[in-house]
Amino acid sequence: MAKRLAKKSIIPGFGLTMGYTLVYLSLIVLIPLSLIFYKTASLSWKEYWDVVTDPRVIASYRLTFGASFVASVINAVFGTLIAWVLVRYDFIGKRLVDGIVDLPFALPTAVAGIALTSVYSDNGWIGKFLAPLGIKVAFTPLGVIVALTFIGFPFVVRTIQPVLQDLDHQLEEAAFSLGASRLQTFVRVLFPPLLPALLTGFALAFARALGEYGSVIFISGNMPMVTEVTPLLIVTKLEQYDYAGATAIASVVLIASFILLFIINCLQWVSGRRYFIG
Amino acid sequence: MPKPVQPAALVRFLLIFAALIFLFLFLIVPLFAVFSEALKKGILVYIESVEDADALSAIRLTLLVAAISVSLNTIFGIATAWAITKFEFRGKNLLITLIDLPFAVSPVISGLIFVLLFGAQGILGPWLEAHDIKIIFAVPGMVLATVFVTFPFVVRELIPVMLAQGKQEEETALSLGAGGLQTFLRVTLPNIKWGLLYGVILCNARAMGEFGAVSVVSGHIRGMTNTIPLHVEILYNEYNFVAAFAVASILAVLAIITLIIKSLSEWKTKRLLEAAEEEQ
Repeated sequence: MAKRLAKKSIIPGFGLTMGYTLVYLSLIVLIPLSLIFYKTASLSWKEYWDVVTDPRVIASYRLTFGASFVASVINAVFGTLIAWVLVRYDFIGKRLVDGIVDLPFALPTAVAGIALTSVYSDNGWIGKFLAPLGIKVAFTPLGVIVALTFIGFPFVVRTIQPVLQDLDHQLEEAAFSLGASRLQTFVRVLFPPLLPALLTGFALAFARALGEYGSVIFISGNMPMVTEVTPLLIVTKLEQYDYAGATAIASVVLIASFILLFIINCLQWVSGRRYFIG
Repeated sequence: MPKPVQPAALVRFLLIFAALIFLFLFLIVPLFAVFSEALKKGILVYIESVEDADALSAIRLTLLVAAISVSLNTIFGIATAWAITKFEFRGKNLLITLIDLPFAVSPVISGLIFVLLFGAQGILGPWLEAHDIKIIFAVPGMVLATVFVTFPFVVRELIPVMLAQGKQEEETALSLGAGGLQTFLRVTLPNIKWGLLYGVILCNARAMGEFGAVSVVSGHIRGMTNTIPLHVEILYNEYNFVAAFAVASILAVLAIITLIIKSLSEWKTKRLLEAAEEEQ
């Protein structure tokens, strides 16, 4: 089998490593994951529809998708800015800044959750400046956006950075010397090649935000209909031993994630790059 | 015509300033808040919180779960990166996409799938009960959920490093008569060691910090199936904030160490690659 699948090579171990990969992948990921759809099929269409369109569930979709979208937009803007600053400018402490960008990947979500809650509550370090302005962050939908911005932050930076690094300086200089303004140069010359990377980063951050649980449940206050995210509803159903209900809602989230994954793959195919961002 | 202010310098300053302010408010302030809250009542209370019996049992369990999951995913990572980078075969992109799947899955769903498989109402539930094997609400379930969540980390750090190194060095070693294992240990491993180290460290940080998936399968049995992040949640919900942040600070330190090793490994890998290019 090994010889038919792979081109002839002097390097040994294809059969062994490939076989092991496929067995492990199937046992840990593919078979367990397919159970979501298997279990969902135990419900009739009507039962399924009633679970996934319950008003409380619908409210949670609105919050989860809305907050994820806003957070990803914030990350797209500031991620592009920070990638630009890191690639094009030199300043003291640049290496440190570059390192700190990955903090949300390394810091456990529960820790991020309680830290953000303490910082943004009414008497927290940042919250106490916002409270007099009438802006409440913790225990409101705004808090959900803050948490989702935090956990999705590195994606856009890390997808744009390598593309910006490879981009030829001469392109901008040519546009500049031909009389284009700074803004025109950015919009017409720099932006188009960055777009696939930007969209990939956006989609990755969005996908991550959709499923986020750990950081959100602390800062959101978890009020039904108002600040309850969809992953929390899955957990709530599970705690009530409503496995079928939990699985039905999970299938909706999972399908949304798969659509995003498909879009990300198409974008990577278009740009000829593959990103891996932990 | 001379300009009063250089716009390039001004734009540059403003952009750097805006970037740093954003990073400070969103990343640095919360990180400092963890340590500040943990030490609010002094170092003695901090030490007391970390040395509490439930905290220590959570630390022990976290170390156990992480050790098993990281080892399993490291073996898988090396084998899979070898297959993907040293050979050409059909469906390689599909394989990489499937390996990335756990990233796209909500941690809560990652826990749920193992409940559906091994839980009391699960597919294998009755059989497991008949044989008196406990997986859900016990350590094996927590290991499985952690393995699933941290599945892609080692392999995805190794693939770019191994692609950049190419396979020429291995081919030379093999044609000079070295065995497969010998080639891997003597030629490949020294080239990928820094990438591998970072993959393992990142996988470890995620394994120790995983919350959603582990929370679903653990059952939150105090002193029995509590990991550090779950213990943080319990303390926090009991309004024992100082203790919650004290225990959380252990994970925050781990995160900082992870970031330092990342920077180090990127720098070392770059140097290895440059050295290899110079030799040619």
